[in-house]
Amino acid sequence: MKKFLALLLALTMVLALAACANNGGNSTPSEAPSAAPLETPSEAPAENPAEGATAAFKLGGTGPLTGGAAIYGLAAQHGAEIAVEEINAQGGVQFELNYQDDTHDAEKAVTAYNTLKDWGMQISLGSVTSKPCEATAAKNFEDRIFALTPSASSTAVTEGKDNVFQMCFMDPNQGSASAQYIFDQKLGEKIAVIWKNDDVYSKGIRDTFVEKSGELGLEIVSETTFADGNDTDFNVQLTDAKNAGADLVFLPMYYTPASLILSQANAMGYAPKWFGVDGMDGILTLEGFDTSLAEGVMLLTPFNADATDEKTQSFVTKYQDKFGEVPNQFAADAYDCVYAYAQALEAAGATPDMSAEELNDLMIAQFTSMTFDGLTGESMTWDTNGAVTKAPKGMVIQDGAYVGM
Amino acid sequence: MKRMTKKNRANFLTYGGVILAYLLIRVYDGTVGLSSMIQGLLVPICAYVTMALALNLVVGVSGELSLGHAGFMSVGAFSGTAAAIALQNAIPLAPLRLAVAMAIGAAFAALAGFLIGIPVLRLNGDYLAIVTLAFGEIIKSVFNNLYVGLDAKGFHFSFLNDTVSSRLGAGGKLLIGGPMGISGIKIISSFTAGIILVLLTLVIIFNLVNSRAGRAIMAARDNRIAAESVGVNVTKYKMMAFVTSAALAGAAGGLYTMSLSTVVANKFDFNTSILILVFVVLGGMGNMWGSILSASFLTLLPELLRKFNLDQYRMLVYAIVLIIVMVVTNSPFLQQLVENVTGRFKKEAPAEAEEGGEGNG
Repeated sequence: MKKFLALLLALTMVLALAACANNGGNSTPSEAPSAAPLETPSEAPAENPAEGATAAFKLGGTGPLTGGAAIYGLAAQHGAEIAVEEINAQGGVQFELNYQDDTHDAEKAVTAYNTLKDWGMQISLGSVTSKPCEATAAKNFEDRIFALTPSASSTAVTEGKDNVFQMCFMDPNQGSASAQYIFDQKLGEKIAVIWKNDDVYSKGIRDTFVEKSGELGLEIVSETTFADGNDTDFNVQLTDAKNAGADLVFLPMYYTPASLILSQANAMGYAPKWFGVDGMDGILTLEGFDTSLAEGVMLLTPFNADATDEKTQSFVTKYQDKFGEVPNQFAADAYDCVYAYAQALEAAGATPDMSAEELNDLMIAQFTSMTFDGLTGESMTWDTNGAVTKAPKGMVIQDGAYVGM
Repeated sequence: MKRMTKKNRANFLTYGGVILAYLLIRVYDGTVGLSSMIQGLLVPICAYVTMALALNLVVGVSGELSLGHAGFMSVGAFSGTAAAIALQNAIPLAPLRLAVAMAIGAAFAALAGFLIGIPVLRLNGDYLAIVTLAFGEIIKSVFNNLYVGLDAKGFHFSFLNDTVSSRLGAGGKLLIGGPMGISGIKIISSFTAGIILVLLTLVIIFNLVNSRAGRAIMAARDNRIAAESVGVNVTKYKMMAFVTSAALAGAAGGLYTMSLSTVVANKFDFNTSILILVFVVLGGMGNMWGSILSASFLTLLPELLRKFNLDQYRMLVYAIVLIIVMVVTNSPFLQQLVENVTGRFKKEAPAEAEEGGEGNG
C-alpha cells in the first residue's frame, strides 16, 4: 500500500508540473501566452488578435536550453526575445518567436526543427551550436526555409547551402584574425597554444591560427591539447608552455576550461600574456571565479557589453532587468539576427501570409545585397556563401571589465 | 503445428506486431499524414530498437552486463558512413548503398566485439561491464583523433594530427575529420530500411536463442559451472552472443548516422550506452518485444512532451515517468490488481484472453 501511495504522489507531481508548465512554461512569453504554439498552423494566426491586423512572421530556432551547453542556448533565446519584443512594440514587421531545446545534440536538433516545421515556421534562426546546426541546416536547405544562425560558426554549416547564413564569424576567420592581430600589435614572439582536440570550435580556430602564424612568421613553441573528461587539470600543458618560454598563450576555447587554466597558471607562478577568442566571453560572470586572475587577458570578440554606445547600453539594461545577468555575445548575435530579419523583411516588402519558400527567395536576395548595423558590428555584409564580414574588436580585461584595445 | 510452442507463438506475434506497426504508420501517413516531427523520429527509433534488441541479447540472454554498447554503435556508424560516402559513385542506388554500408559497419563492429571478447569473456562476473565501459571511452577517443581521407590514390589515414588534408590529391575529400566527425552525409536511411533491420535483428536473435547454441548460452548464464561440467564451451557461446550483438549494434549505428547529416564521436558516449541499457531493463531482460516497446516509447516520450507545452520540464517529467514505470512493474499490489483483472477475463473467455495478453506485446 505504501508503494501505491508513493505512486500516487509521483503522479500528482507530474500533473502539477504539467499545470505549471501550461501557465508559465511557454517559451514565447512575448506573444499570446496561452497560444499553444504547437497546434496546427492554420489556427495560429487567429490567436494573435492583440497585434492588430498584421499577422506575425513565425520565427523559429533551436538551441541547447538544457544540459551542459545551456548557457549559450538560453542567452540566444533571451537575446532574440528582447529583439522580438522591441520590434513588435514598434509596429510594422511583427514576429512570433519559438525556441526549441536541442540539448546540443544533432538528433534532438532535427526533432526540434521538425517540431518547428509542424508549428509553421516561416524563417529560421538555425541552431545555436555548430554540430546541431549542421544537421538542421541540411534540413533548412532541403525544405527551402531560410536560416540565419546567431552563433553556429563551423564552415560545414553554410557549405553548399545557398539559404543558410551566419551572424557570427566563421571559426577559421577567428583563428586567422587572432594571428593577424597578435602579429600587427606585436603582442608576443613565442606563442603557446592550448586547445581542445575533441571540439569542433576549438579545432577550427586552432587550425587556421597555426596556419596563419606560419605565414606571418609567428613562432609557436608549444602546442598542447585536452579533451572532454580531462579538462580540469592543466598543469602538464602549462608546464610545457612555460618550459618552452612562451610569452603569449593562445586559448581557443570556451571560458570554463580557460578559467581553470588562468587560476592554475597563477598558482604555479606563470604569467604570460593570454589571448582568447569569443568563447572566452562570459569568464567575468562565471560563478566562483576570481576576476583578478583574468586581468590583462585579451580576446577578440564582436560584442562588448561595456560599450558606451546607446544601442548596446539599452540592450544590456533590458537584458539585466529581465534576466538578471550581463548578456554575452550569443545574446547579442541572436538580437542582431532578429533585427537583420526585420530590416530584410521590411526592405523586401514581405508579408506574413507568404510561404516559407517565397520568403526564402526574398531573404537570399536581401541578405546578399543589404548592409546591416547591429550590436556586434557596423555595416555587416554577407557573401553568397552565407558568411558575414564584420570587423572583430580587440578587448582586454582591466579591473574586472572589458575595455576596447 | 504441434511443435509450435508458446514461445514460438510469442515470437511470431512479435514479428507480426512490428509489421503491423509498420503498416499502420504507413497507412496513417498516406491518409491523415504524420507530422514532420514523428517522421523525423522514425529512423532513430528503429536504430534505438535495434540497439536495445542487440543489447538484450547480451544482458538478457547471455547474462553479461555491457556498459559500452554505444561504442559498437560508434564503430558501425563511422565505418559504415565513411563507406557510404566512399561508395557514392560506385553504387548509385541509395538503398543498396545503405545496405552495403550497414553490412560494412556491422562487420567492423563485430571485429571490435570479437577482439574485446577474447580476453574478457574468459572472465567471470562484472569484468565485462568494466571493460566494455572502458571500450566505449576508448572508441570515443579514437574517433576523436582519427582522420581518414579518400582521393584517387585510395585511403589516407592519420592519427592525432590532421596530416590527411594536406596529402589529399585533387578531388579528394576528408571522410572522418577527428573531432569534427563526419559532415555532409547524404541522408539515405529510410523507415522501411529501419523496419527491415529490426525484423532481421529479431530473426537473428530468435533463431539464435531457439537453437542448440542459444540453449548453451542460457545454460552458461544460469549456471556456468553446471554448463561447463556437461561440456559446454562457455567462452565460445558467450562470444557468439557478444559478437552477434556487436554486429547488430554496428548496423544500427550506420542506420542512425545516415539519417542525420552529421555525426561526432561524442554522441556515442557513456550516456548513450546507459540510455540503451535503460531501454532493456525497462522492457524486461530477455524480453524482446519489451525492448521494442520501451525503446520506442522512451524515444518518443521526451519529444511528445514538447507538444504539451512541457518544454522546460521535459527531462524532469521523463525521469519521473521512468521511475513510475519501474515502480509500477515491481509493485506487488498492482501486479495483484493486473492478475485479478486478467484472471477474470480468463475465466470468461480463457482462450481469447491468453491470445490477447500476448498480442499486447
